[in-house]
Amino acid sequence: MTAILEVRELTKHYGGVRALDGVSFSIAPGELLALIGPNGAGKSTCFNIVNGQLRPDSGTVRILGRDVTGLPSRRIAHLGVGRTFQVAAVFGSMTALENVQAALIAARGAVFGFWRPATTIARDEAMALLEQTGMAGEAERPAAALAYGDVKRLELAMALAGDPKLLLMDEPTAGMAAAERGEMIALVQKLTRSRGLAVLFTEHSMDVVFGHADRVIVLARGRLIADGTVDEVRTDLRVREVYLGGTAAAEAAG
Amino acid sequence: MSLDALLFQAVNGLASASGLFLVAAGLSIIFGVTRIVNMAHGSFYMLGLYLAVTLAPKIGTWIGGPFGFWAGILAAALVVAALGALIEMTLLRRLYGAPELYQLLATFALLLVINDAALFLWGPEDILGPRAPGLSGSVMLLGRRLPEYDIFLALIGPAVLIGLHLLLARTRFGRLIRAATQDREMVAALGINEALLFTMVFALGAGIAGLGGALQMAREPASLTLDLSVLGDAFVVVVVGGMGSIRGAYLAAVLVAEAKALCTALGVVDIFGFTFNMSRLTLVAEFLVMALVLIVRPHGLFGRPQPPAARGGPAEPPLRPFSAPARLLALAAVALFAAMPLIGTLVSYAPVLALDMLVAALFAASLHFIMGPGGMASFGHAAYFGLGAYGTAYAVTALSLPTPLAFATGIGVAAFGAVLFGWFCVRLEGVYFAMLTLAFAQIVWSVAFQWEEVTGGSNGLFDVWPEWPFDSRTGLYLAAFVVTLAGLLLLRRLVFAPFGMALRAARDSRLRAEASGIPVARVRWLAFALAGAVCGAAGGLFAFAKGSISPEAISVGRSIDGLVMVLIGGVQSLIGPVVGAGAFTLLQDSVMRETDYWRALLGLIILAVVLLFPFGIAGGLSRGLRRPGGAR
Amino acid sequence: MSTSADTPMLEIDGLEAWYGEAKILFGLSLAVAPGEAVALVGRNGAGKSTTMKAVMGLVRRRARRLALHGKDMAGLPTYAVARLGIGYVPEDRRIFTDLTVGENLDLGSRAVRPGDGGLIGPDWPREALFALFPNLAALQDRLGGQMSGGEQQMLAVARALVGRPALLLLDEPSEGVAPIIVEQMIGALAALKASGLSLLISEQNTALCSAVCDRAYVIEQGEVRWQGSMDALDSAVEPTRIFG
Repeated sequence: MTAILEVRELTKHYGGVRALDGVSFSIAPGELLALIGPNGAGKSTCFNIVNGQLRPDSGTVRILGRDVTGLPSRRIAHLGVGRTFQVAAVFGSMTALENVQAALIAARGAVFGFWRPATTIARDEAMALLEQTGMAGEAERPAAALAYGDVKRLELAMALAGDPKLLLMDEPTAGMAAAERGEMIALVQKLTRSRGLAVLFTEHSMDVVFGHADRVIVLARGRLIADGTVDEVRTDLRVREVYLGGTAAAEAAG
Repeated sequence: MSLDALLFQAVNGLASASGLFLVAAGLSIIFGVTRIVNMAHGSFYMLGLYLAVTLAPKIGTWIGGPFGFWAGILAAALVVAALGALIEMTLLRRLYGAPELYQLLATFALLLVINDAALFLWGPEDILGPRAPGLSGSVMLLGRRLPEYDIFLALIGPAVLIGLHLLLARTRFGRLIRAATQDREMVAALGINEALLFTMVFALGAGIAGLGGALQMAREPASLTLDLSVLGDAFVVVVVGGMGSIRGAYLAAVLVAEAKALCTALGVVDIFGFTFNMSRLTLVAEFLVMALVLIVRPHGLFGRPQPPAARGGPAEPPLRPFSAPARLLALAAVALFAAMPLIGTLVSYAPVLALDMLVAALFAASLHFIMGPGGMASFGHAAYFGLGAYGTAYAVTALSLPTPLAFATGIGVAAFGAVLFGWFCVRLEGVYFAMLTLAFAQIVWSVAFQWEEVTGGSNGLFDVWPEWPFDSRTGLYLAAFVVTLAGLLLLRRLVFAPFGMALRAARDSRLRAEASGIPVARVRWLAFALAGAVCGAAGGLFAFAKGSISPEAISVGRSIDGLVMVLIGGVQSLIGPVVGAGAFTLLQDSVMRETDYWRALLGLIILAVVLLFPFGIAGGLSRGLRRPGGAR
Repeated sequence: MSTSADTPMLEIDGLEAWYGEAKILFGLSLAVAPGEAVALVGRNGAGKSTTMKAVMGLVRRRARRLALHGKDMAGLPTYAVARLGIGYVPEDRRIFTDLTVGENLDLGSRAVRPGDGGLIGPDWPREALFALFPNLAALQDRLGGQMSGGEQQMLAVARALVGRPALLLLDEPSEGVAPIIVEQMIGALAALKASGLSLLISEQNTALCSAVCDRAYVIEQGEVRWQGSMDALDSAVEPTRIFG
């Protein structure tokens, strides 16, 4: 089966600092892949290159076999990549429903419409997406007035608007309470299975990573030091040395 | 042109660059720490020059002429620094938490007040200063006489650059400035009195600008137009050099000044049989330098991408169509304005005022379109008003086009200008956007002032009268009414359409908009162009209504008028700018005509609005919708 | 002013705080005894960070009593609070990224001013500091922005310590850093406590809390909902309800 995302030999320097050094990995459909590592290990750089916000010094990014290296993020969005951010970003001045409608309009390339009111466009599809993410009850509330956990769900609904094949999620549970975290990642897991999505996510909560990821890759100082199942990574000596540590944290993660 | 003429102009350019650099460096340092773009920074330069020409002879009579000159310069810089400290403590401290737009407006109000204060103290005539004792001669170089004072000034720039570099890199005060530039709260949390630090930084920046002005004493007269012209140049320099970079400011100042000097040196040249007077094109040179740099490096030579500044205030409530009572009110207003010619038979002045209101409403609504839904507060919207007015006037007077076609020409010229300038502007956010739009408007104004063959120079173009059926007062009024109504309805429709939604989305979160596949730069560019075209229509109506157009009518003051109209009415409401335009026109017509010091009066009105409603007039009304406990 | 042993190091009574117009704290009260380490727990948005910012005067605040070892600081601006003897390690660290490690430490070094009535805490000469955070010793000329998240976290603590505070406020010291750095941080915080420094730590990581702290306050919606010893926290009903 073709990989949904295939990253080959990505390298990126900032001044003299090597943020990414020959990183390669791929994701298959239906796979939930966690990207973990210490802060400053290159996770954000890697993410932003895949998303098109940054251009690598060398290496390639292929989505569904197509080379997208260096394309701007809005082009990558149209190629079937949805994105959520560490600090959830939504359109605060619109209702939840309008937020999803805006995402749908953008996904269809219908942004340059100058007459018909936007609120009458793609209403049903938008409601359907809100229902899938458990947000239907909040449809008419302004996004700026939503609780943070709901903002994260709304953002997920918007990321799904383009019917993406790949979801890039930067710390999908950051800023949520422990109970909410589990619900959120379970929702992502369910959507991954039902839509045949592939998900690449970063995460600091080891409970979330070890409880839900299908596969884990570990970055340290710009290099990929591990790529394997949850159990393989958890017991990997180098990962313990640079990231997980030997005692309390690793036990908690188990 | 000979090599020695070029050298002469090169030194001259370096001397100008020094003055420009001092202003831009002060602007940059102040912005770095306080996050406020000080619109009154050109005023400090102007004050420095006025104070120097006043103080130097006075001090000279006490301690002897030669020392008086230099002591006068120093004293002027110190007085300006002290004034800067005073302004920081009394005014700016109240603004640090306010939205960016309010900070810009308040410091612009300061510019207006200072300008009128200078008018009051020194009168409207330019004042020449004494020559520099000991440096009034010239040096022979390659057979050309170079004024010693120019050489001295050319050396001042690098000297101040090195001095500032040492201050920032080697001293604790410098480390504090650099730290506060990044995170003022954290500086305070380390036990450092940041209020005092801010005052000192502001005094330093003001003093440097004052010094820059004072040093020009032997080169140029003190004049009341200096504040704005220097401000425009300084904005160009800061944008080209990269905000916050001192060496970038110097390099940019040299680039801009040398490009201008080169044009002057070239004089009249023949290219492919066409004759160009290059010395008239200095402003175009400035624009070209800026354009080239920004195309290659969007954040300037040494600039780094800045995180979008906090917009301040709460998020806007979702847009809603008119409620039934609001719709009735709007219809009543439309009916009232439609009936104005009839009312004119009773109160003959009413249609004249109403026509002014229509022009103002269209102007303000077009500004609001990019400012409200677009989130881009332009400080140079007068440029498109001017392009529309001049385009229309030129089409009538020089081309003798029929009225509708002339009007369309004006709109086309304005749209073209907005497309050209907008390409650069929409890439920037917040204060950068504000600075660049203002710089472009300064350039348009200067071209209108200098390009006499086409624009009529300082006199402008007159006899811009429409033809039948628009040549009667009623005919013109009704045409203006229809155009304005159509423009307002078009803008309103656009805001609710997918295009307007995309524009609002990009304002709310550029990151999310890009990630959803919205081409943000293109959406903003088109919005900027549309706003420019509608604004051009307002300019065309203005030209017909007054029968003339002059540079004065399209100065920065008009841009600011537009901002004040939008703010009075409320940025968050679509009908707000129209109401604000009406109120502002009434105010202008009644109060401001009565005094010579209307600039100061307008400045004080702006300050009152800003200080009494530090989070926007509309902000106070929508508090109920604010997200409870939104911040962690 | 009494400076007897029962004078609390930090005394907060009826603290209210606002972000802009939004009220975040609704009359919160807590105390930290000299030499004590106290944990502030609660979900995100409960008001932990705001409590610390309110103590530092970084948000609009009002309190019946806000005192450092008997000295009132309710009306003081941020810099004066710091000079009185409080070190602050904010969440997300807030290192000066354009300054070197050495310059960062230098800026922090004059925080507490005993001349102005400040309460000076344990001395941390550079050797002691670098013994506590070995990674920093080699990085003195490195720009703050070029350090890893864990190194920045250590620098943030070190920057507060060189000012010689008597009380240290630590806002989520383990947030966003690798588990292995959390282990090092636990060791460092234990050493700080042993030196006699008083600590108020807001934290979600229970391992860190139970390893370092004596007591805990559970905060929800800007109020204290539970308080007790660290051992009692695990079995208490109220915290369980809040954290699920």
